[in-house]
Amino acid sequence: MKEGEPRGSGPEERRTLLVVGGGMAGITAAVEAAEAGCTVHLVEREAYLGGRAVRHGQYFPKLCPPTCGMEINFKRIKNNPRIHVHTMAEVTEVREAKGAYEVEIGLRPRYVSSSCTACGRCAQVCRTEIPNPFDYGMGRIKAAHLPHEMAFPMRYVLSPELVGTEDGAACQAACEQGAIDLEMTPEKVRVSCSSIIVATGWKPYDPARLEQTCFGSTKNLITNVMMERLLAPGGPTRGKILRPSDGREARSVAFCQCMGSRDERHLKYCSGVCCMASLKQAHLLEERLPDCEIHIFYIDLRAYGTYEELLAKVRSSGRIKLTRGKVGKITEDPLSGEVTLEAEDLARGAISRLKVDMAVLALGMVPSTRAEGIPGLELDLDADGFLVDGPRVFGAGCVSRPSDVAMTVQDSTGAALAALAAIEAIEAAAQR
Amino acid sequence: MEKKLAVYLCSGCGIGEAIRVDSLAKLASGELKAPICRTSGQLCGPEGAAQLQRDIAEEGVNCLVLAACSPRVSWPAFSFDPRRIVSERVNLREQVAWSHEPRPREGEQLDEDIQALAEDQLRMGIARARLMETAEPSVEGRDKRVLVLGGGVTGLSAALNVAAAGYEAVLVEREEQLGGFARRLHLGYPRSAPYTELAPSPIAALVEETESCPRIEIHRSATIQSISGAPGMFKARILRQGKTVEEGAGAIILAAGFEPYDPRGLEELGYGRLSAVVTSVAFEELAARGELARPSDGGPLGSVAFIQCAGSRDERHLAYCSSICCMNSLKQALYVRERYPDAKIYIIYKDMRTPGQYEHFYQRAQEDEGIFFAQGEVRAVGQCEDGRALVELDSVLHRERIGLAADLVVLATGMVPRTALGEGPGADGSEGPSKGEPAPATANLPSDIVRSGTLNLDYRQGPELPSLKYGFPDSHFICFPYESRRTGIFAAGSVRQPMDMAACMRDARGAALKAIQCVEMVSEGKALHPRSGDLASPKLFMQRCTQCKRCTEECPFGMYDDDGRGNPVPNPTRCRRCGICMGSCPERIISFEDFSVAMVGAMIKAIEVPEEETLRILVFACENDAYPALDMVGLRRGRYNPFVRIVPLRCIGSLNLVWIADALSKGIDGILLLGCKHGEDYQCHFIQGSALANERLGKIKETLDRLMLEPERVRIEQVEIDDCDRIPAILDGFLETIEAIGPNPYKGV
Repeated sequence: MKEGEPRGSGPEERRTLLVVGGGMAGITAAVEAAEAGCTVHLVEREAYLGGRAVRHGQYFPKLCPPTCGMEINFKRIKNNPRIHVHTMAEVTEVREAKGAYEVEIGLRPRYVSSSCTACGRCAQVCRTEIPNPFDYGMGRIKAAHLPHEMAFPMRYVLSPELVGTEDGAACQAACEQGAIDLEMTPEKVRVSCSSIIVATGWKPYDPARLEQTCFGSTKNLITNVMMERLLAPGGPTRGKILRPSDGREARSVAFCQCMGSRDERHLKYCSGVCCMASLKQAHLLEERLPDCEIHIFYIDLRAYGTYEELLAKVRSSGRIKLTRGKVGKITEDPLSGEVTLEAEDLARGAISRLKVDMAVLALGMVPSTRAEGIPGLELDLDADGFLVDGPRVFGAGCVSRPSDVAMTVQDSTGAALAALAAIEAIEAAAQR
Repeated sequence: MEKKLAVYLCSGCGIGEAIRVDSLAKLASGELKAPICRTSGQLCGPEGAAQLQRDIAEEGVNCLVLAACSPRVSWPAFSFDPRRIVSERVNLREQVAWSHEPRPREGEQLDEDIQALAEDQLRMGIARARLMETAEPSVEGRDKRVLVLGGGVTGLSAALNVAAAGYEAVLVEREEQLGGFARRLHLGYPRSAPYTELAPSPIAALVEETESCPRIEIHRSATIQSISGAPGMFKARILRQGKTVEEGAGAIILAAGFEPYDPRGLEELGYGRLSAVVTSVAFEELAARGELARPSDGGPLGSVAFIQCAGSRDERHLAYCSSICCMNSLKQALYVRERYPDAKIYIIYKDMRTPGQYEHFYQRAQEDEGIFFAQGEVRAVGQCEDGRALVELDSVLHRERIGLAADLVVLATGMVPRTALGEGPGADGSEGPSKGEPAPATANLPSDIVRSGTLNLDYRQGPELPSLKYGFPDSHFICFPYESRRTGIFAAGSVRQPMDMAACMRDARGAALKAIQCVEMVSEGKALHPRSGDLASPKLFMQRCTQCKRCTEECPFGMYDDDGRGNPVPNPTRCRRCGICMGSCPERIISFEDFSVAMVGAMIKAIEVPEEETLRILVFACENDAYPALDMVGLRRGRYNPFVRIVPLRCIGSLNLVWIADALSKGIDGILLLGCKHGEDYQCHFIQGSALANERLGKIKETLDRLMLEPERVRIEQVEIDDCDRIPAILDGFLETIEAIGPNPYKGV
């Protein structure tokens, strides 16, 4: 483009981009593309943006809260009229026609309109409680609730359980803004765009498939993402590490690495982030619980690049016992609630047995694209289920490869460039 | 600007129950002389929003004070074009009504302390709004070309991505040929599924594509003599075959790459002592030339040992992991296995780091019957009687020391960013460290700048990007990895972090986006991240400048140059609008249209300080972290004392000490600063703001001594955005400290 020549003289749709998924990847792709001149529709299934990252306690390696960077990004969204955020939304259909995508977005009823001021009166009167999905079901929350304290958009949501109930009516009556409408029905929005960024993130590997761990029946066995919530100051325990079985503070915790990852029977690949996540969690535990005994069972400690520093810090404190060997069987002592781990200890050449208050499964990362597609859009997936970029469909973050937050931001910024390049190609073709 | 002020007071969301909104209205239109003052039961609702628009259109209102909820919410109703309208939000909801005692029972009096808090916050908001001006964007830089420094994998990918998005790139490569380090590679390791096969290096294709791209101008055998200017208007002097050419650019991508770690320090691993010991780089070159053979006699290789982490993950060498060496050694093992099917390979490692889908490649190597993996620590490398090298290690599996004999030992050496290395004499003729040596920061440069000769910026604060650690450029490497401390200059590839080719190519894509975004935003006079889109710009009243140089030294982004006589020369397109220079200036000559020393001064002046013993605490809060945390206290209906008066600052580093002196001399009893974490894992979005505020506070003692006041009256606390549990205790604890000292003796003076 020549100096001073205005860009984007073509129709608006050509410069419009659909971003599916409003986690770290989707937010980044949307904001970066919009600040480079694109119009963006950002579609998020939950009632809030931030995805899985916003549910983390702290990021490694700086041990800083996710909401800090989110706050900046939310400010960038608020100040940018080119970004259209759709929450409680899913892409229900994509049709390709004449080089453009016609997209249908389905909106689930929130039962709360945009006039909500987050005053919280509905929650005050609401008596129905539900397991808090934000905390992976640990802890309970009012059925009329703010998804979390830093939620963006800062707007309440009513869960469908309240429809047609007295409690729902009470919530409605309590709302001074008249923002509650329990008769809301699903809606559809249609947009056209020229390219699509898929940023639907990941899911932890299903622990039920790791039969030897007896996950579910072992009360004090939790997953790594649950541990993030326990460590979060805004989490169900306000940052305390309490055993689910009896609410007592944990005196010993063990982390089991490669649960599902690097395993022929489960995920053949390495999930890339779990070593750092567990090192971080263990390090936070040693800071917060001076008497807690902490173990990590691992195959290799993958603290690549400058992340090595956190591993060096953990090693130098000497409080965290690092054992090379993978945890096999996990059993529960039903009386004490203690968890017994059996692991091969390669350094000793023996099977080691360890009894702890609580154990954490470092579950692998499964790209969302492996289980769900986008209706009408053919996605090119590799054998592991990760998305391979097409000419106008691009992956961002964990749908493309196992990524930590920093890699996700890097990759999603790049996905925005790919979208810009696709737009340029379309515009060049249109001018010809 | 002729201003017409209007004050809007909302009584919704519980505000009307905690305070008397009608008496606030009387205050606004009476004592504070607001020509228009309106109250509303829900200012953000459709009627309220319509009223605002009507007043703007019909009454000519152009200065709005919105006393309602936090500025963090209800932005759709309360956003106005900053070029036409000034607006100020007064947070009566989260920080007054919601964070103090709820409505008293019928017949009881409302708490006068809470009413006084609301009144003061309103006075402060109005005082600030009266001084605010509409934004006058400074549109200076319109150059939209992107200068890419480095013609390796990252640089070529960056230039191609810039071009693909429709922009022009200028590529500068110091060598005669494009390709950088990647040219020395025999093959690459897998970059896509199934991640099991060796792949040709992408470099040939990248070079060809770059050379035929009409949007990329290439300078080969060229180095950067100097770069001056600013985003949207950089001028690069490029030295090419003895001649200097000048190129303009709007943004710069620094893709200077890495150098292999100097193996001369690895004598203990046999390097330089034994001819059978080579580096992975030398091994790669042998493979590329088809010369893989036994060093002693040129015969076939029967066994090769790879020593991982040679110089990496080692405090004596590189403390970090170089990320690529595990995959690289697996690749090189396959070279040997393909050439000599009977050869045995030993890979001696601490942890095999083949993250993500690279695990497939590791699995393939594990299945190879000729490749043996030995976890352990290498203790010595010597020679067997038959002339082969002998690697002795403490093996984890054997639980004892074992010896492995090999025809060839390959040291998997790490990566050093080029920005960490000296480049010989600097552009100014000063003596630098010799080429390739780690360059210690020289005396005339800030400690975080290494004279590496990559950018050679004509910047007051030094010629290169400041580094955070190990010579990697400073950045918010988690949330905002492309952030750098020189606006419009984006580091990418292995100069930024240790990374392999595939990662470099991805990184280049992101950097290209940031560069394009930079030239677009700068061309509209907008600030870049984190205050993206801010249209205000710094204004300097030079007549009063005393050449103290604080602004030019303290700006984290090197915004100011120096005219040689100590006068600051601002480069507005480098400015990130943090206001840190404003905080640094003792003469208070730096201001923004919407933020100035005078505005905050007026806010402080507006606080009513009662003559009796009632205390007043002034709180300066970082807008991005402490302020939302204060809001969260309200959201949870937490409680803290009503004697605090909160002034949000865009960065705690914008704090000017005169505010503290002003506040103390008018009788404010204590001053509390809530800033972000500083130090190595800093959280300040303007990098150094909170560290500078902390430093400045060290100097406040002089002022306190002069006023004969106790040092405890001024305190700084580091808070994080999710610290709302701690905040009430911090605020109330500080109040207790002040109560113990007693009221400020200047009250009522």
